[in-house]
Amino acid sequence: MSAADQMLALDTSCKIFVDGGCGFQSPGLHSFIFKPMFTVGGLEFNKPMLLALLTTLVLCVFFWKAFANPKVVPGKLQMVAESGYDFVRRGIVYETIGKKEGEKYVPFLVALFFFIWLMNIWSIIPLAQFPVTSIIAFPAGLAIMVYVTWMSLTFKRHGFVGGLKNLTGYQKGLGAVLPLVMLIEFFSNVLVRPFTHAVRLFANMFAGHLLIVMFTIATWFFMNGMGWLYTPVAFVMVCVMIAFELFIQAVQAYVFVTLSASYISGALEEAH
Amino acid sequence: MAATETLAAVSGSLGSIGYGLAAIGPGIGIGYIFGNGVQAMARQPEATGLIRQNMILGFAFCEALALIGIVMPFVFGQ
Repeated sequence: MSAADQMLALDTSCKIFVDGGCGFQSPGLHSFIFKPMFTVGGLEFNKPMLLALLTTLVLCVFFWKAFANPKVVPGKLQMVAESGYDFVRRGIVYETIGKKEGEKYVPFLVALFFFIWLMNIWSIIPLAQFPVTSIIAFPAGLAIMVYVTWMSLTFKRHGFVGGLKNLTGYQKGLGAVLPLVMLIEFFSNVLVRPFTHAVRLFANMFAGHLLIVMFTIATWFFMNGMGWLYTPVAFVMVCVMIAFELFIQAVQAYVFVTLSASYISGALEEAH
Repeated sequence: MAATETLAAVSGSLGSIGYGLAAIGPGIGIGYIFGNGVQAMARQPEATGLIRQNMILGFAFCEALALIGIVMPFVFGQ
């Protein structure tokens, strides 16, 4: 699958009821591969990378503007930024890690939340229209960051043996089934956790983008002759999917950060 | 041993059939989670925030199975 295969909805001239025309061009993996804009020393720079950089820039500028000179009575921008910050702090961190231990991790999780959310929102912003997190490398990188954080916390807090006991769910009272429990716990905590953490975000955005592209192409495909009768149906589905995606994007950012917080709290909690 | 004989064959996209099967379990699970979550909220409206958070967490764990189903054909297909 090369970059030349990439096709956007408006690039195809395929229409319904055209004699000898081409059929419906369904979206697939090729919808996620972009032509590089330019190459810097063998590194291809493409649209998702540009959007990720833009995300960083937008967030930096927004929070800088909001918090550069904080006032006791907040202005409009500071108000918005503060409510966002407070949502993550009260809604996620205090509930999961607790007030005393959690305060240290609030900035990290706030940054994570807004970074992921904005990367998801690009999916429905005109001209961008691509969720950066539907490229597996981005969620994988973030998941690895969280993994390293809670893994190092586990061993820092409990020492080597204590950390291993924490990871394997060691409990004396279990008796004969203890080895089995430890094996399963180790497998699920150390190996499966980072994988599902990354894949959950990736696959949601991937599937959502496929659905939107699919109905957009369908709208274009039907715009011919009798096909115009079906066009409104497809177009309404595009609007519905966009509204649904707006919801899913927020939920996925929330879930990613909540899980990060619960992993961190699991690492901090006392060994049994 | 008798010679192997093909009785039935499936052609077309096996991945989509597999995904259809893979979606059954998480579908049931998500139904349980939200059903019981709403019931819990109705019984104890004061605990709505806590219940909602755990509900979404459970939903995410459950949904991961269906999402792994989406990814597998790309990983192991051909």
